[in-house]
Amino acid sequence: MSEHLTTGSMSRRRFVQSSGALLFAAQCPVGLSRKAYASGAGAMMNSFVRIDPSNVITMLANNSEFGNGAYTVMSMMLAEELDVDYRSIALEAAPTTPEYYSPLFREYLTAGSVTTGSTFMPMRTAGAKARAMLLEAASRDWGVPTAELSTVDATVQHAGTGRISTYGELLEAIHRLDIQPPETVTLKDPSEFKILGKPARRYEGAGKVDGTAEFGIDLKLPGMLYGAIARPPVHSGSVVDFDATEALAMPGVVKVKAIRAGVVVLADSYWRAQKARAKLKINWDRGANDGVSSEQFYADYRALADTPGLLAEDIGDAIGALDAAEASGNVVEATYEMPLLAHATLEPMNCIAQVEGDTCTIWSGTQYQSNDQEVISRFLGIPQQNVTIHRPLMGGSFGRRSSKTADYTVEAVEAAMGELVPVQIIWSREEDIRSGHYRPLFVHKLRGSVDESGMPEAWHQVAVGQSLMQGTKHDPTYMVRGIDIYSLDGCLQEPFGVFPYGTSYQIPNHRVESHNAPKKGIVPQEWRSVGHTHTGIAYECFLDELAHKGGIDPMELRLRLTKDHARMNRVLSVLKEKCDWDKPLAPGRGRGVASRIYNISPVAQAVEVTVAENGDFTVDRVVCVVDCGFAVNPLGIEGQVEGGLAYGLGGVAFGNIDIVNGEVQQSNFHDYPVMRLPQMPKVEVHILPSDEPPTGIGEQATTPIAPAVANALFNATGRRVRRFPLSSQGFNLV
Amino acid sequence: MKLEVNGNEVEITSEADTPLLWVLRDELGLVGTKYGCGIAQCGACTVHLEGRAIRSCVTPVSAVAGKRIQTIEGQASDQGLSPVQQAWLETDVAQCGYCQSGQIMAATALLSSNPSPNDADIDAAMAGNICRCGTYPRIRKAVHLAATLMSEEQGA
Repeated sequence: MSEHLTTGSMSRRRFVQSSGALLFAAQCPVGLSRKAYASGAGAMMNSFVRIDPSNVITMLANNSEFGNGAYTVMSMMLAEELDVDYRSIALEAAPTTPEYYSPLFREYLTAGSVTTGSTFMPMRTAGAKARAMLLEAASRDWGVPTAELSTVDATVQHAGTGRISTYGELLEAIHRLDIQPPETVTLKDPSEFKILGKPARRYEGAGKVDGTAEFGIDLKLPGMLYGAIARPPVHSGSVVDFDATEALAMPGVVKVKAIRAGVVVLADSYWRAQKARAKLKINWDRGANDGVSSEQFYADYRALADTPGLLAEDIGDAIGALDAAEASGNVVEATYEMPLLAHATLEPMNCIAQVEGDTCTIWSGTQYQSNDQEVISRFLGIPQQNVTIHRPLMGGSFGRRSSKTADYTVEAVEAAMGELVPVQIIWSREEDIRSGHYRPLFVHKLRGSVDESGMPEAWHQVAVGQSLMQGTKHDPTYMVRGIDIYSLDGCLQEPFGVFPYGTSYQIPNHRVESHNAPKKGIVPQEWRSVGHTHTGIAYECFLDELAHKGGIDPMELRLRLTKDHARMNRVLSVLKEKCDWDKPLAPGRGRGVASRIYNISPVAQAVEVTVAENGDFTVDRVVCVVDCGFAVNPLGIEGQVEGGLAYGLGGVAFGNIDIVNGEVQQSNFHDYPVMRLPQMPKVEVHILPSDEPPTGIGEQATTPIAPAVANALFNATGRRVRRFPLSSQGFNLV
Repeated sequence: MKLEVNGNEVEITSEADTPLLWVLRDELGLVGTKYGCGIAQCGACTVHLEGRAIRSCVTPVSAVAGKRIQTIEGQASDQGLSPVQQAWLETDVAQCGYCQSGQIMAATALLSSNPSPNDADIDAAMAGNICRCGTYPRIRKAVHLAATLMSEEQGA
C-alpha cells in the first residue's frame, strides 16, 4: 500500500548545521548524580538517560504520547546512538522542570508536530554522550584504547581480549573513576544508522493489544473518589444554587459541592456519581454567553469581512489589479465558512488530583504540563514546584489536551480541595461535546483575478474568526501587530512572526487581512493542524476556483505557482505521476488536489471521489506525497498520514457544532458524527527521500484532505461548496 | 450476583442497573474495556457475551448474570497472544490505542462467525467501532492477517 523510500546519502553536517527554527542544539546534560548512583537507583548519565546496575536503561521522555508516536521516535534516537534495542529501553515521563522544557516552546509542551524535529539532536546527543562515558570507563578500567572498543546490545566489548561488560556493570567504574559527561561528542553518520530511517513498530504497542496500556481514565489510587460534574448549559455560566437532597441519598454518594465548573458529585464509583448527578436540581446563571448563536457568528463575521481588517501582507497592488480586472470579467469572489468543531478524543477528558497542605499531585493525560502546573499553582497559591504531574498515556488529543486554561485539570484540583483522598473527574461524552473547547468558526472572504494567460494575478483575502492567542500569555509570541499568526497560517507568501515560511505559491499581487472576532460563546482551541483547518479550505478551494476561471488544470496551476519552491514542486510532480492525474475518470467521478506546508513539511494530496445523484459520495482513493525531511520512522509516518487525513476528512465531511441560545446542540457521536471504517478511503503514502533535518508529520496530512475532497466534488458535479461541513450542503460521505 | 468473566466465576455487588462496563472497570478492575460514549455509538466498550460482540456500556449487569463474558484481558492464553492480537501487533495498528481493545473484540467476534471476511464484510462488522486516530487502513489489513493466522493455526 505504501513504499518506504530509502534515504540518500546524508551528511551529519547537514543535521548539525541545519538552520530552521525547528532544530536545536542538544540540551545540556547535567552531571552524573552520585546520590542516585549511591542509592542504587541507577545513575543519571544525563537529563534523558538513566542506567541501573542490572543494565536497565531508562529514557526520561519530555514529549507526550497520545498516538503521535513520540515515545517510538525518541526511543529510536536514543537507542541508535547508545547501541541498544529501542524496545528494551524503559521509559518514564520526565518531571515538569525547566530542564525538560521544549527548546522550541520553552515550556513543557508537545504540540505543533515538532517532537521529531526538536528531539532529533537532543536525544541522539544524550545517547552518544552516555555511550562516550561508558567507553571511557571501559578504556581506563581495562587499560585499552577507546578506539579498540565497540558497543553492541548494551554492552562494551574489546575484541582483542574478548572482554565484555554490560553498561550496568560499568557504572561502578564510572563512579570510581569519576567520569563526567564529555563536552562534545560525535554523532553517528547517517550511513551508519541501524535504527533511524527504518520502519519501526510502536514502542508501547504491546500494551495496546492486550488491554494493559494505562490511560489516565484507568488509574485507581487507594481511597480515590470519582467525580461527575453537572456543567452549565451555556459556556461560562455558573451555579446560583442547587438542591442535592436526592443525589445525596443515592448509594455511594459522598459529597456534592459547587465549584467554578459546575456542581460536582463525589461517589465511590463513576457510575454512581453519574447517576446521582442526574438527580441534582440546579439554578444556573447563564452568564454573558446566553443568547449567542453560531448562525449569528456567521452573519457577524460576514459583515466584518466586508470591512478593512488588520493588514498582514500587501505584496504588489492587489486592490488595483482586481479593480482593473473587473472590466475584463476576470475576477472571482467567494466567501468560505467553516464551523465550530469539537476534538472528540475517544478517551474523554479526565484527571486525578490530590491536594495535601501546600502540595498538589495530579495524574493527567496532558500535552502541556508546564501550563497545568502554572495554572494550578496560581489557583492554589502554592509554588509551581509543589505541583507534581504524573503523565499516563492518552486516548487521543488532537490539540484538546494542550488546554491553555488547563480546564479539565484545575477543576479536578478544585474538586479535590478539602478532601482527604484523591479525586478523579471523568467527563461523559456529552460533556466532551457540549462543554469542551472548539476549533473556532471562521469566515474567509476572497477576491481574486487571473491574467490573460489564465494564471492568478491578484489575491485579496480577509479572514474573520476568534483568535487562539489573543489575550493569552502567548499573545506577544504568536501575534504580529495584533494579528494572530494562526488565523492566517498558510495564507501568506512571506514569513510572518515566528513562522519562518509562508505558502509555497507566488502570486504577484497578494493582500491578506485579518479580523479578531469578539471572544465569546466558546473557548477557541487548537484542533489538529490548527489554522490550516480553515485556511487550508479557503485558500486551496479558492485557488481551484481561479484555476477554473483561468482554464488551467488545477495540478498544472500548482506546479507553475510553486516553480520557485523546489520542495513543494517536487512533491507535486511526484503526486501528479503517482495519482494518475491525467487518466480520464468515468462520469460521476472527480479528482481534486491540494497542497499545504505546515511546520516546514510540504504535503500534497490528490483524491478521487464518486458522487451519486442524491449527493452521497465515496472517497475512493487518496494519494499523499510528503516531504518531512529525513524520515526517522517511515512506518510511523505512514500511520500519521493515514490517521491525520482521516481526522481531516471526518471534519470536512460532517464535523459541525451548532450553538443556539448559547447552548451547544450536539451531544454525542449520533449527532456529532466522526469517521468510521466504511468511509475510510484507500490511502497511498509516498515519503520522499530527503537529507534535510526531520520536520513535522503528525498534523500535516489533516490539512490538504478537506480542500482536495471539496475540489474533487466540484470536478465531479460542477457544484462548489463554500459552507462546511459537506453534509450541510447535501454531500454525504458514505 | 455471579458473573463468569474470562473463565472465572466472580461475585459482584454493584446495583442491578449498573452497566457491565462499569462493573468490569470499577468493581473488577478490568480496565482494558473502555468508556467512549455510554450510548453504544463508539464500540470502545465491546466485550463478548456467549461469544457475541456486545456493547457493555448499555448492558445492565443484571442482564448478563450467570452468562459467559470475555474481555480483552481474556484474549491471550498460555500460548501467548491470540491470532487477532498478533495480527494487530504485527500490522502496528494502534496509535493512541484507546479504541483497540474494542476493535480487537469486534474483529475476534467477526472472525469466529466468518473465518475469511472480505473488505465489505469487515466494513460491515467493524462500522460500529470508532477510531479517532484513523487507524482504519491497518485495521482492515490486520483483520485479513488474523484470518490467515487462524487458518494456518487450524491447518497446523
